[in-house]
Amino acid sequence: MATVHINGAAVDIGDEKLNLVQAAKKAGVEIPSYCWHPALSVVASCRMCLVEVGEKKPDGTVAMQPRVVPACQTPAKDGTVVNTISEKSKYAQERTLESLLLNHPLDCPVCDKAGECGLQDYTFRYGRATTRMIEEKNTPPNKDYIGDNVTLFTDRCIMCSRCVRFTREISGTSELQILNRGHHAEIDIFPEEPLNNKLATNVVDLCPVGALCSKDFLYKQRVWFLKTQQSVCADCSTGCSTHLDYNKDIVYRLRPRDNPQAQGHFMCDEGRLDYEYVNAKERFQQPLARVEGKLTPQAWEKLGPQIRSELVGLARKKGDAIGAVLSPFLTVEEAYLLAKLMKSIAPKARLYLGYVPVRGKDDQYPQDRQGNPVGPAKFTIRAEKCPNRRGVEAVLRQLQGEVLPFETAVRDAGNGTLQALFVTAGYSPNAGQWYQTAQLESLKKTPTLIVQDLMPSTLSAEAKYVIPAATWAEKDGVFVNHANLAQAIHWAVRPGWFGRTDGQVFADLMERRGLLNAEGLRKELAAEIPALAPLAGNLGEQGVKLR
Amino acid sequence: MPIAEKDVRWVSPTKLSLMDRLYLPSIFSGLGTTMKHAFSKKVTQQFPEERPQLPQHYRGVHRLNRDEEGRVKCVACYMCSTACPARCIDIVAAPSPWKDREKYPEIFVIDELRCIYCGMCEQACPCDAIELTTLFDLTGLSREEMMFDKEKLLSVFDQTVKDGTDPVRTTSGKLSVASEPKV
Repeated sequence: MATVHINGAAVDIGDEKLNLVQAAKKAGVEIPSYCWHPALSVVASCRMCLVEVGEKKPDGTVAMQPRVVPACQTPAKDGTVVNTISEKSKYAQERTLESLLLNHPLDCPVCDKAGECGLQDYTFRYGRATTRMIEEKNTPPNKDYIGDNVTLFTDRCIMCSRCVRFTREISGTSELQILNRGHHAEIDIFPEEPLNNKLATNVVDLCPVGALCSKDFLYKQRVWFLKTQQSVCADCSTGCSTHLDYNKDIVYRLRPRDNPQAQGHFMCDEGRLDYEYVNAKERFQQPLARVEGKLTPQAWEKLGPQIRSELVGLARKKGDAIGAVLSPFLTVEEAYLLAKLMKSIAPKARLYLGYVPVRGKDDQYPQDRQGNPVGPAKFTIRAEKCPNRRGVEAVLRQLQGEVLPFETAVRDAGNGTLQALFVTAGYSPNAGQWYQTAQLESLKKTPTLIVQDLMPSTLSAEAKYVIPAATWAEKDGVFVNHANLAQAIHWAVRPGWFGRTDGQVFADLMERRGLLNAEGLRKELAAEIPALAPLAGNLGEQGVKLR
Repeated sequence: MPIAEKDVRWVSPTKLSLMDRLYLPSIFSGLGTTMKHAFSKKVTQQFPEERPQLPQHYRGVHRLNRDEEGRVKCVACYMCSTACPARCIDIVAAPSPWKDREKYPEIFVIDELRCIYCGMCEQACPCDAIELTTLFDLTGLSREEMMFDKEKLLSVFDQTVKDGTDPVRTTSGKLSVASEPKV
């Protein structure tokens, strides 16, 4: 049990090993810092967190140290006294900021970081309004190219070295370094060795100023126009927690959201940049039905009952002649609804797990220049390129009794067992082609083929009904990652003017009334499926572990 | 509350004298005023044949200024569209094709019908790239025509420079660093 006194208020930090920045945060006090990051080593080089520190003696007297010390490098002990608002601390903060701003070009209007910039925020809170610098600013030229996804505006850099430490400690690839010393120091790559590792864009999030910018997001939108929703990356089974930044129904970027249960502080570039298909114009906008051999747009109000009556008619003839393929891109709620829909029409209806895309092997970081993992894993990009295989499997195990793989669905379709097949897809382009040409030949033998997908494909061209699918950015629900962590995703954009989310489509087909409420549905399915029982409660921001 | 009797004072009109009752002096004095105006300098302007000379701080149609090299001065910082209370400015930024700056507006559209001509855009502009001119008689045959794009706004600049009707604003202090010419 350790008690730390922050600005006169005692805070109990228990047995945790914290530095003073973390301890102060517990007390609700902000100690400004740039170079310190919880996932990186401590260098105490930016000097922003200088505070006055002392010790409370057993007799109650307080002895303050004569000099300010960096809070990020000072461990919090029992009896540590911190004063962040004393004259000395304030003087240190103000002077440090003035020094950082000496050579910082005040080009905030054209800087992409403006609005979420550490230098802006701290200058506003701790700095001075004017500069006393009368000399010419040192403005080293921007680097032409340091990587495919990252730009470097050299003059904006404040030399916190977070990016350098990231490439050395987390990705392990060590592309970045500090060249020269003192006034001439700048971040650079080794010649012919660009910053192109799969975690490269994380340095953009780490950069407290606008020196490192994402090429993908560069000049797309000012950050103060963006709204943020909490989401989960759908690109692999790691299930990184993300911030989904959007405005006016357009997704602009994904950023990692700190979640120690899921992935930590970072995310990979593959997942970060794989959102373009959400905004794609080619996506299905309306449900289609085959009329006289051609797929023509239909109204939901007409199409829903038509599909339902067709399925009911077929099921009446032969109970196990209808089936559904549950894509691992469906949320748990949607998988449950679709399974219930099929089972309510025919208790013998066959439910299959959709194609599970697997590419290569798990990619573990840090790794050396040859790509071999080094030391304990700090980040893993998983080979399984879908977000919710485990969630869908849990539903299937309960409602089907077993997990029938996609190949079985193809076989059953090929040998004519199935009269109707509801294929859900919604795969991200990163998951790759999800059926083979030979499988397509089998699947299209099904007389009533219902395809729910994002974009036109050779399979949707063969379908009798095509239903537009929704992406993870458009729906509420739960994804279960590789480690059985169930995390909630939230909708941010709308699936087109005539679009409906997958869950809503299933609910409409089930003739359930009203709009879909994911939370209510979770309570319902948690009561029915013991493996998913923890979903009944509050999932919070970091999700809950199943089992 | 009703008015109390003690607060009410009754007055009666003064009696008219003979001259007043003739009404003739008043008629002639009125005619005099009419005649005076008939022969004095005229204030009515024959718009549109005659154009008014508006004060140079009048807030009319926007213009996008050019720099010394004739390029658009705007750096696409979105300050104007952020400040705009009518949300009528639409900008698409892109990396600039010029060496001396990083960003420029690829598309810059102002909906002149939606604009309320408050002038906040020019106040917000850190490099004095957008200004409101004395052009006021804005007409068009369609709504689309009133969406002024970058070329149109630059042509307003050329026109006002040619006519010598550059807007003049009183400023309380020095302009920002970004507006100063490059050395």
